[in-house]
Amino acid sequence: MRSVPFLIGAAVFLTAAVTAAFVVRNEYVFFAGFVILQFIVLATAWNILGGYAGYVNFGTSAFVGVGIYTAVAVFKYAGAPLYLQMLAAAAVGAALGLGVGLLTLRLRGIFFSIATVAVTIIAETLITNWKFVGGATGVQLLRPPPTAPFESYIKMLFVVVAVLVVIAVALARYIQLSGVGRGLRAVRDDEVAAECSGVPTLKLKLLACAISGALMSAAGAPAAMYLQFADPVSAFNLNYSVSALAMSLIGGTAHWIGPVLGAILLATTQQFLTVTISSEVNVLVLGVMLVLFVVGAPDGIIGLAKRAWQRWGRR
Amino acid sequence: MFSWELLLDAVVLGTMVGCFYAAVSIGLAISFGMLDVPNVTHPALLVLASYGAWLLGGFEIDPILAGLILMPLFFVLGIALYRVYHETFEKRGSQAAVRGLAFFFGITFIIEVGIIMAFGVDQRTVQAFYIGKSIEILEIRIPMRMIAAFVMALLLSGVLALYFNRTFLGRAIRAVAQDEEALRLMGADPVRIKQWAFGIATAVAALAGALLIIVQPVEPTLDRAYIGRTFCVVVMAGLGSMSGTLVAGIILGVAETIVLTMFGASWAPAISFTLLLIILGVRPQGLFGR
Repeated sequence: MRSVPFLIGAAVFLTAAVTAAFVVRNEYVFFAGFVILQFIVLATAWNILGGYAGYVNFGTSAFVGVGIYTAVAVFKYAGAPLYLQMLAAAAVGAALGLGVGLLTLRLRGIFFSIATVAVTIIAETLITNWKFVGGATGVQLLRPPPTAPFESYIKMLFVVVAVLVVIAVALARYIQLSGVGRGLRAVRDDEVAAECSGVPTLKLKLLACAISGALMSAAGAPAAMYLQFADPVSAFNLNYSVSALAMSLIGGTAHWIGPVLGAILLATTQQFLTVTISSEVNVLVLGVMLVLFVVGAPDGIIGLAKRAWQRWGRR
Repeated sequence: MFSWELLLDAVVLGTMVGCFYAAVSIGLAISFGMLDVPNVTHPALLVLASYGAWLLGGFEIDPILAGLILMPLFFVLGIALYRVYHETFEKRGSQAAVRGLAFFFGITFIIEVGIIMAFGVDQRTVQAFYIGKSIEILEIRIPMRMIAAFVMALLLSGVLALYFNRTFLGRAIRAVAQDEEALRLMGADPVRIKQWAFGIATAVAALAGALLIIVQPVEPTLDRAYIGRTFCVVVMAGLGSMSGTLVAGIILGVAETIVLTMFGASWAPAISFTLLLIILGVRPQGLFGR
């Protein structure tokens, strides 16, 4: 029964997103909103592997880039509609996730992280040399007209990503509360001990990697239509990796709400700064917040809230 | 097109490039290889030093001399960085490496944006008598700037190898790398030794950064290309080996140059990371590892 408040919350969120798409006139709201929602998905997906299982993935950009380019490829090849682009991206992302999951067989801690950076650069290089999707110069895409109830493509993208947010958060929450989450936490705390007590560590890690990868690539896919342009350098930009990680750490990795809070806080600040100052300041804020939080509040906003709650309770 | 002459060219030039790669990786070989600090800021520090050399170049100071001038400054900077890292991560223990990695990525971004804000995104170069000319040895044209970097790289690794083998502090640093607990039992303070070693690693990065701007034009986000190269070299060498670093650098340099001449520049970025993945998968302790 503890799912009821969550379901109500999800329903309210979706209704608000759809209503906004029909009521709000200003297109810019959706331009900015899309990015914020996209980062909520990325951070939530990152946390499934990085937070619960303790395998720090620096390859979010690989999954985003692969998602974007899967969308580009199926769109160019068959003119696939948006939902098919996202499904295809999710499938490829899950496959890549399994590949990254196999790395965990031999690599732990920082070596796993470095290997995921390697996966990113290798994927980027392969795409750069793939002429069909435009190579290094990138590719222009022409948006088809929006589907029936929506009056503009951006609003449609916004609602689609809002749905993806609900799927991602529901999955993350389910994993956290179920036996899968318990198993992953056991892996994080002591993998050998977990294996010895009969936790199927490899199976769980592969599952976490695949789900996390599928969500990240699915979140990346609509960016192709959002920008109507894709090029390897920005599709595989390291900023995605560091942002997803930073948002999770800033929010707190122990609970599914952490990455959501972190993403809202950081992405909103960044959107605001991009408009008012410049996109460089954006990256600066990312760096400064990341450093401040890992130094000052290692358990993120959740940790701060918990401590405040305890202090308040003692009084 | 394959030809033996091209291959020979690639091997000779690749060896020089490789020694240069070793030079830019030595700092990381100390900080990551010996001290286990996940110092992804290292490449950003290189670029920062390059900008320092460029600034000093405005006063007609030779870039190598500029690198030497910057060394003490970077030494202090390194000690400060290590102090923060130690106080906030190593002391707390749990998940130190992973949170530390996030911390160093944050610092990297701050340095990148700092450089962009101060100097803009344009490429910067320096002037010196050995830049822009080339000489022919055995019918192979070699740019003088590569020779300068090559000689400096050999000198640097030679001096450091002597330092780690012959001096008291150098040996202490190697001891800390091998067994911190044992050192503590001998009555030495491992934290102070590590702090000193991290200072040296950062100072070496200052000189290597000067070599970087000699070898190629520098821009604020150039560090991202060197994350792969430096980590590849250090992991391939086996953590913390000086001569291993030189050999690993040469392997990477030759591999990159051969791919560059056979398949074109667009494949080059993947070389270091592919090598890195293979090494991690097949022989995680590196070629010359303990």
